[in-house]
Amino acid sequence: MSLAELICPAGTPAALRTAVDAGADAVYCGFQDATNARNFPGLNFTPDEMQAAVAYAHAKGTNVLLALNTYPPAGQVDLWRQAADAGARFGVDAFIVADMGVADYIARTHPQVRLHLSVQAAASSPEAIRYYCENFGVKRVVLPRILTIPEIRQIRTEIPCEIETFIFGNHGLMVEGRCSLTNYLTGQSTNMDGVCSPASDVQYQRHENGSMSSQLAGFTIDCFGAEEKAGYPTICKGRYTAPHRKEGYYAFEEPVSLNLSRLLPELIDAGVHAFKIEGRQRSKSYVRGVVTAFRKAVDDIRAGRPADMADLVALTEGQKQTQGAFETKKWR
Amino acid sequence: MTKLTLGPIAYHWSAERRRDFYARIADEAPVDEVYLGEVICSKRAPFHEADLPATIERLERAGKTVILSSLAEVMLRRERKATEDLAAMDSPEIEINNAAGLYARGKRAHRIGPFMNAYNEATIAWTAGQGATHVCLPGELPAQSIAVAAQAARGLGLGVEVQVFGRASLAVSARCYHARAHGRTKDNCQFVCEEDDDGMPLRTTDDRPILRVNGIQTQSESYVDLLPEIGQLAQHGVTHLRLMPQDVDMVAVAELFRAVADKNQALDEAEARMRQLCGDVPFSNGFYHGTAGYRRIASAAAG
Repeated sequence: MSLAELICPAGTPAALRTAVDAGADAVYCGFQDATNARNFPGLNFTPDEMQAAVAYAHAKGTNVLLALNTYPPAGQVDLWRQAADAGARFGVDAFIVADMGVADYIARTHPQVRLHLSVQAAASSPEAIRYYCENFGVKRVVLPRILTIPEIRQIRTEIPCEIETFIFGNHGLMVEGRCSLTNYLTGQSTNMDGVCSPASDVQYQRHENGSMSSQLAGFTIDCFGAEEKAGYPTICKGRYTAPHRKEGYYAFEEPVSLNLSRLLPELIDAGVHAFKIEGRQRSKSYVRGVVTAFRKAVDDIRAGRPADMADLVALTEGQKQTQGAFETKKWR
Repeated sequence: MTKLTLGPIAYHWSAERRRDFYARIADEAPVDEVYLGEVICSKRAPFHEADLPATIERLERAGKTVILSSLAEVMLRRERKATEDLAAMDSPEIEINNAAGLYARGKRAHRIGPFMNAYNEATIAWTAGQGATHVCLPGELPAQSIAVAAQAARGLGLGVEVQVFGRASLAVSARCYHARAHGRTKDNCQFVCEEDDDGMPLRTTDDRPILRVNGIQTQSESYVDLLPEIGQLAQHGVTHLRLMPQDVDMVAVAELFRAVADKNQALDEAEARMRQLCGDVPFSNGFYHGTAGYRRIASAAAG
C-alpha cells in the first residue's frame, strides 16, 4: 500500500501553519512573483517568510514543496534560478517544476533537492514521465487531471517515480501548462506570469431585470438569474453559444469542483503515493476544514475503517462536484 | 533569407480536400517548408495518413522541405504508438510536440514544435543538447523574449520559427469540445469536427465572437497576422515564418508574406489585400506586443 501522503496548499504563512497543524504531510507554496502558478495579489511568501515557514513545518515533521512551476520567458530565467537558489538555501524538501530549462538548472546546481514534475509540465504518458525522470532525476510526477484510475494504475507500473494526483479543489479542464486563454483576453499569461483569470480584470454587471453577468477583461463569461449565485469568470468554465447551441451552454465544463474523496481507497490501491489538495488561494478556515477532513479520511482508510466524507461534500463550491475523468473516460 | 513555412492542418479536413490543398501548395505557394501530419486528434489520422507518402513525394518534387509533426497530446495507447512510430523515422524530418516524442527520439535530430513550451534560452539550450535542430516558439511569447530566444537559438545553430498567420492555439484538453457541443463524448464523436473547416465559433452570451473549438483544441477567434512585424522578426533573428492553414486562399496568403518579406510589395497594399482574403475574421497581434492576444496593435513599422 502506498503511503498516501497528504499534500496541502499554503497560499500564505498563516495558511501554511494551519495546514501543518491540521496534519498535512507536506505543504506546497511559492514566492511572491511569476515563478509560481498562483501569482495572485496577497498570496505567497517573501524570502524571509519562506525561511520561517520551512523552519515551522520541519519542526512539526512536515515537508515543504516549493512551486517553481511556471515557464520563464526568454530573458527572465534568472528570477527562476534565484528562487531555486533561495529555496535550496532555506532547505525546502522538493522543487515542483515544469520548464525543462529550470529543471536542468536545479538538477545540475542543487542535485541534493528532490525534483517533482508539476502538472504544468503536462506529462500524461509513461514515456513523457520517463523523459523527465531520466534527464532530470524527477522523483515524483503530479499527474494531469485527465486520467482514469485504470490508466493511473497502468502508468504506475511503467514509470520509475512516485505519483501524486489532485483529489480536491479546482477542476482543471485544459491541459495545464498548455493554456493561453487568460493571456488571449487579459494580456497576462498563465504560463509566464502565473496568472489565471486575474481578479484585476474581473467585473460583475447587474442588469435591469436583476440578472448578473460576470466578465473578464470586458468579455462576458457567464450570466446568472437574479436568484442565482454569480460564479467567478474563469474562461474554461464560461457559458457560450455555438451554431448548434444557440441557448448558451458550458462549452468546456460546468463550474464544478473536483472531489475524489469517494475514490480515495481505489487511488491508494492503484499506487498513488501522494494526494494533492488544490487551493492556495483559499482561506485559512477552508484549509483547516479540508485538511482535517482528508487527514481523518486517509487515516481511516489506512487503518481499514470506513471513511466518512460528508463534511467534504459540503465544502465543495456551489455544492456541485465531479469525479471528472478519474471515474470514467466518458468525461472526455 | 527568411523562410516561409506552412504549419500542419489543425482541422479535420477531408482527405480529398487535403489532396487538393497540398497539390496547389506544391504547384503555386511560395513556401519553403511544409509540416504534415495530425497534431490535434489521434482519431482523425486514419482518414488521411494513407495519402501521406504521395503528399510528401508531391511536395518534395516541387522543391519543398517536408517535416512530419507529432501529436500535441499523448495519452492513449494508439497515441503513444503513433508518437513512437514517428520518432523512429529516418526521413523526412520530424517536429515533436510532446515529451513522449522526445523520449522516443533520444538524441537523434528533430525539431521542437510549438506545443513543447520552449519559452526561453535555458530550455532551448537543453533541447539543442538533446539533438534539436530547430525550434518553433510558443505563440504567446512577446517580441522582447522572441529576440532573446532567437539569439540564443541561432548561437546554438538552431532554426527559429514563429507563427505569423492563422488562429492561435490557446489550449488543448483531454476532452473533445466538438463532441460535447453535439451532446457526444470523444469516444462517440462521429467526427462532427469535420463540419467546421475553420473551427466551431463560440460567442459570448451577449453575442461577441470569442473563441473557436477544434476538437480537443481551443483556438483564437482572430487570425494572428504579423505581416507588419515580419521585418522586426527577421531583425530579431527569426529564420522561419509559419503560416497556419485556414479556410482561406493560402496560396494568396503565402504570396503576400513572400512579397512583403522580399520588399516587393508595400505593406499597406499587402494588408489591404490580406483583409480582402480573410473576410470578416478579425486580425490580432496582441501576444507579439505583450498585450491581450486578441488585440490588434498598430505597429510603428506599419507606416
